[in-house]
Amino acid sequence: MNTVAPQAAYAARDYKSDVKPVWCPGCGDYSVLSAFTKAFAELGLPPERIAVISGIGCSSRIPAYTNTYGFHGIHGRALALATGLKVARPDLSVFVAGGDGDGFSIGGNHFLHACRRNIDLTYVVMDNRVYGMTKGQPSPTTEPDWDSALSPGGTGLRPFNPLVIALASGANFIARGFSGDPNACAQLIVEAARHPGFSFVEIMSPCVTFRPDQRNWKEMVHDAPVTATADAAKAARRLMTDDGFNLGVLYKGDRAPYQPELKESASIADLEKAFQT
Amino acid sequence: MDKTSRPSISVVLAGSGGAGVMTAGNMLLDAAARAGYYGLMTRSSGPQIRGGEAAALLRISAFPVSCHDDKFDLMVAVDWENVQRFAEEIPLDAASLIVADPASGEMPQAIAAKGARHATVPLKDLAKKAGGRPNMVALGLVAALIGLPESIVIEVIAKSLKKGDPKTLAASETAIRSGLATAPTLGWREPLIPPSAKTGTRWTISGNHAAGLGAIKGGIRFVAAYPITPASEMLEWMAPALRKVGGTLVQAEDELASINMAIGGSYGGVPSLTATSGPGLALMSEAFGLAIASETPIVVVNVMRGGPSTGIPTKSEQTDLNMAVYGFHGDAPHLVVAPLSVADCQFATQWAVRLAERTQAPAIVLSDQNLGQARAIVDRPPDVAIGGGRVVEAKPGVGFARYAVTPDGISPMSLPGTPGGQYTADGLEHSPRGTPSSQAKDHTAQLDKRARKLEGFDYGDHWAEIEGDGDVAVITWGSTTAPVKEAIARARAQGLRIRLIALRLIAPTQPAKLAAALAGVSRALIVEQSHGAQFHKYLRAHYELPDQVDVLARPGPILFKPSDIVSRLMNGGRA
Repeated sequence: MNTVAPQAAYAARDYKSDVKPVWCPGCGDYSVLSAFTKAFAELGLPPERIAVISGIGCSSRIPAYTNTYGFHGIHGRALALATGLKVARPDLSVFVAGGDGDGFSIGGNHFLHACRRNIDLTYVVMDNRVYGMTKGQPSPTTEPDWDSALSPGGTGLRPFNPLVIALASGANFIARGFSGDPNACAQLIVEAARHPGFSFVEIMSPCVTFRPDQRNWKEMVHDAPVTATADAAKAARRLMTDDGFNLGVLYKGDRAPYQPELKESASIADLEKAFQT
Repeated sequence: MDKTSRPSISVVLAGSGGAGVMTAGNMLLDAAARAGYYGLMTRSSGPQIRGGEAAALLRISAFPVSCHDDKFDLMVAVDWENVQRFAEEIPLDAASLIVADPASGEMPQAIAAKGARHATVPLKDLAKKAGGRPNMVALGLVAALIGLPESIVIEVIAKSLKKGDPKTLAASETAIRSGLATAPTLGWREPLIPPSAKTGTRWTISGNHAAGLGAIKGGIRFVAAYPITPASEMLEWMAPALRKVGGTLVQAEDELASINMAIGGSYGGVPSLTATSGPGLALMSEAFGLAIASETPIVVVNVMRGGPSTGIPTKSEQTDLNMAVYGFHGDAPHLVVAPLSVADCQFATQWAVRLAERTQAPAIVLSDQNLGQARAIVDRPPDVAIGGGRVVEAKPGVGFARYAVTPDGISPMSLPGTPGGQYTADGLEHSPRGTPSSQAKDHTAQLDKRARKLEGFDYGDHWAEIEGDGDVAVITWGSTTAPVKEAIARARAQGLRIRLIALRLIAPTQPAKLAAALAGVSRALIVEQSHGAQFHKYLRAHYELPDQVDVLARPGPILFKPSDIVSRLMNGGRA
């Protein structure tokens, strides 16, 4: 992320809007919103220098709840929209937020290419392994035997492992957090934002309405017993073999971000010359 | 001057894909430009990259031309492989001359049936002796037959091969000279009359390049796009050009990403564009609605090809009109602009950018393969001052309302980075402040506002090209304007008083302006390149038309000949 010198000390509340969230009481996303605003304060970014971009879904409602610039776009395309914004306006700090259905199903292709393109963006996915806004259908990260009206008896499909895919596709920073610890999530977002290139933070954020079983996550999560590695092979092994509840920064690469230089070297009259006969 | 000299001559260079007929055609056009002529070259090719059929269709003229003539005077076949596949697109008659290599075998029946005169030249043998390629022999031959000076052809080839191997250049020159030397043996020479004196600057430009230039002139500095035929040349021209003027082009992973990237760039305050063809526009339709709802200006250039589905990617049709106008969910007012000629691709695109920026609405530019991939020698289009940029709120006050309901429907926009202007752009219906709302009053107010800003806007005289008088009018749009214009000139020469109405602004509609343009018209001919008469039905839905309406609607890929239109006009509307 761009380092903008703090002009004033900001508090988390400076980044909160007066719009009341649509989320259910007890939703993990409240804590992620809080983690975002805490992270912004710690980063010391003026609200007008930040853009929060999202797609569609419960978690994608987040831009309106912040006092930054934001774009609540269409389902699955947040990363593409954010890419355009960041390339056109490299001076802004651009955060992308969304859920597992938005990011890994309808937006799956953009996820691959955003990792691969390695633009300086921070992508936070609130993963609750369910489509909440459409009232409880399985997503790409849902367990194969989870029963629902749309897929009775479960999908029978192996869940998608977003962290492994992020690594394989070229993401430069990979971390996992749990919404039950918003301070730790804030620290992950700060670290992700400060790391150059495409940073991917998966935050396990329970859906208390459609996945009440996820209330148990707080018992299951644990800090990663290792420090972040820059060795992709080592990270791959770690991500492929972990239990899915391993929290912390799991990979920090050193690939240079993609950012075309925007510099004028010719006039329109110069362009026209090529056509003159 | 020879007795047979002519003001305009039409030539086809045909062969299998990879035989170099497009290269030779472009060089011929460049030589014509250098010699002071006008002209154009269109391309017809099959889907194969190598080994399919390809033809460069040229018209070179002492006066400005923007479409092909009724028939071709000269056809040179570098080989006969698959050429019969587009026999229909190459009108020839008994006065035409076909030159082929005897080594290529017999002329295909579909070509022979046209009854043209026929001569043979051993193109491959001559090329082999020269150490060059048969397409260069053909180039020399055609240049001599139509009277282009040898020195100019040699200059053009030297210029285009200057960065290559000097041996290749020498071989090409020898091949061209052997073609030139062969010409007198054919007993056919129909040279062009000398060109008129050159006044002002001329360009040799394709519609796709002109659209790219117009986009940059309009202020576009960010492009995101996915490759597609026949729009790719626009993007390939823009990629380095944008870099020179401080902008950039991102190759996206698909069209869904392209348009969303463009929306992101524009939200950041940088005028943004994407270019595509029919299948890509279909993929972009959801996000196009987002640009409408969030009032984010973007421009989508759609270089139409034959449809539906994958259709005919390499050939032209005007059949994305319905999709461009109606293809979006909800009440979705937006702009649709169509260039009326190769040169007009520049102005139409530039205008579309300015309109989109000014009204904070997305615009579609409906070009097509015929315009986009045609290269034409034209007078440099005049620079047209187009006022008005984006209405930006530089100092937003407390309670800034991004979607404030204003009398003209245009709400000042704050750009990211501006303190106090923070808002969330949203595809959800919203209040003036931008907060999501499902309330009827907000929906109605925002729908009214988004419609009003386009309906009430003053589009000036650019909405259509109108000329002439009389009680007969031809109404057309886009690329069919060129043959219509030539047809009108011929009909006038036969005494018909007739007016042209070519619509550049397709949406929003301009009923009062068209009514004024049609005052005194009792009969109208509508010309369009679509099987379903999409344009006619669109006009019927939104405009008052004269009592007597005749429709000349035909699908691609065969282009309209001026004579097709003249005969409709002279027969009082009966085919």
